[in-house]
Amino acid sequence: MPTNIDLKALAQLPDSKGHFGPYGGRFVSETLMAALKQLEETYEKLWRDPAFQEEFDRDLAHYVGRPSPLYHASHLSDKVGGAQIYLKREDLNHTGAHKINNTIGQALLAKFTGKPRVIAETGAGQHGVATATVAARLGLECKVYMGAEDVQRQSLNVYRMKLLGAEVIAVESGTRTLKDAMNEAMRDWVTNVDDTFYIIGTAAGPHPYPKLVRDFQCVIGREARQQCLTQIGRLPDALVACVGGGSNAIGLFHPFIEDADVKMFGVEAGGYGIQTGQHAAPLSAGSPGVLHGNRTYLMSDDAGQIIGTHSVSAGLDYPGVGPEHSYLKDIGRAVYVDATDDEAMDAFRALTRIEGIMPAIESSHAVAYAMKLAKEMDKDQTIVVNLSGRGDKDIHTVAQIDGINI
Amino acid sequence: MSRISTSFEKLKSEGRKALIPYVTAGDPAPSVTVGLLHGLVEAGADIIELGVPFSDPMADGPVIQLACERALQHNTRLLDVLDMVAEFRKQDTVTPIVLMGYLNPIEIIGYKRFADEAKKAGVDGVLTVDLPPEESDNFNQIMRAHGIDTIYLIAPTTEDERIKYICENGSGYLYYVSVKGVTGSASLNVQEVADKLEDIRQYTDIPLGVGFGIKDADSAKAVSAVADGVIVGSVLVNKIADLVKEHGQIAPQVSAIIKDMRIAMDS
Repeated sequence: MPTNIDLKALAQLPDSKGHFGPYGGRFVSETLMAALKQLEETYEKLWRDPAFQEEFDRDLAHYVGRPSPLYHASHLSDKVGGAQIYLKREDLNHTGAHKINNTIGQALLAKFTGKPRVIAETGAGQHGVATATVAARLGLECKVYMGAEDVQRQSLNVYRMKLLGAEVIAVESGTRTLKDAMNEAMRDWVTNVDDTFYIIGTAAGPHPYPKLVRDFQCVIGREARQQCLTQIGRLPDALVACVGGGSNAIGLFHPFIEDADVKMFGVEAGGYGIQTGQHAAPLSAGSPGVLHGNRTYLMSDDAGQIIGTHSVSAGLDYPGVGPEHSYLKDIGRAVYVDATDDEAMDAFRALTRIEGIMPAIESSHAVAYAMKLAKEMDKDQTIVVNLSGRGDKDIHTVAQIDGINI
Repeated sequence: MSRISTSFEKLKSEGRKALIPYVTAGDPAPSVTVGLLHGLVEAGADIIELGVPFSDPMADGPVIQLACERALQHNTRLLDVLDMVAEFRKQDTVTPIVLMGYLNPIEIIGYKRFADEAKKAGVDGVLTVDLPPEESDNFNQIMRAHGIDTIYLIAPTTEDERIKYICENGSGYLYYVSVKGVTGSASLNVQEVADKLEDIRQYTDIPLGVGFGIKDADSAKAVSAVADGVIVGSVLVNKIADLVKEHGQIAPQVSAIIKDMRIAMDS
């Protein structure tokens, strides 16, 4: 990491316009500007309100089941031979992923602003399920947009959302994946802006979403930091998390930003391999541009058209990334790497067989890179991996790869 | 004076209102566009909004999304759109052309290069849907330096303080989005539009165009009674969609819609 970065200032970003250096901002059509300004004001007020914090913390404790454990994966660590791998068990949260931390927070915002209807976009369906869950609990009408291709590969989560009372819309436009679901959710929001709260699932989109999603997800890193101090008596040497939009990664990273000795690795979806062009790794192989309300690294062609992505995991299959990651990359505070489909699937199998923990395919990308990284480190060093979700939803995908029809 | 201002001045002196059709460049094929633009002018268009195809048109409804997809099947790029404008300018040096689209294609080329090429091609204004004035200091400066108008949107949700701010940043004309929603969605309420335009006029003398929800000659006439310009998009693009297999019919049939509106507005 470069030594001339003011880490204290870095931790204070974004600025008042929602900028992380050149990234972030608010690039939306005029109809949404008033709603975003209102959201920003509401959020800034409530986030400092003890009553709001208390309700948020109570829900995280008693509804989500926090704190999530920090588990020393000693069997995996021994097998790999190198640094000690610890897993931050977000897979044990209610609904099975870190996504619920954010939807609890945003649903509270919806409740406090009196909006009776929530909408969401979803890729793997984890954010959709987490949104449908909190909507059911608060009695909010809920519509979830999901790319038609993802509806197919994540049919279990689609049915879960329906059971929870949400309406799931299969989006047929464009590449029929997460980005198109987000386009459609934006269109819904612009049409129903008066009574609708848009619960964005990742730390991306127009300001203030990247900030507020990060703040809601930072519970991951705050807990992990404290757990490291308690369980191993010091901070970890490295953090590893998968990055699609990047909400689980920024939630883990951010509370460690000022800890200069803690290295951070974000793992993008390498798909069939970066060199094939068939991947979802904008930080590794893209360039800055503007999409979905923010300036950030994107996968687009030389005419500025967004190009199709590929990943075995629906949750990482997105051509953009949260703007804070773009800035952390540029200044060198975090390093972004990739894991291919095959590497992720190998890690999925390894963790399942060696530790009896079945990770989401998204999270398996982080596990894959952590196993690689651990080998290059000493036995007395530690890596914290964000195990952002559980793999139950992916059983069909894994079976299909194995040629089994269930 | 810019071609856009000249056009509005002239209309004003004649006691008429601007008719501003929107079509997506390259839809359904690049070979159709320039002829269609000439046809629209002949039918009575005063200014043309030429859509730059984008893969993710978030503010547009299904009609214009599909137009973008058709244009992108032929790989119609921003620079190709500028070539079309240059071709149009060989025969028409009077009718203003406003490029309408999303920021990323411009961002990728770079603002400076875009402005150079756009000016050279004969572009008069640019309306970037996802670039509000808050984010456009640098963009505005460069466009102004090239004599290109920057056209901004005002929505039903825009409050007075922001209206003032937008008016300070806009030039050419301001585009009032008459309904909450995407292009091609609901029908507008003329009285609500009239009230909002009156509100906006407190802050500016820039001409006010109204778009979204204008579907036929009657609604065009009704809006022209209260606005300085009437912007028509989805109804034209829908007609193009009907004629994707009969390219020769596109210019005459789409222009016929504009002609009806022109007659209604001027009567």
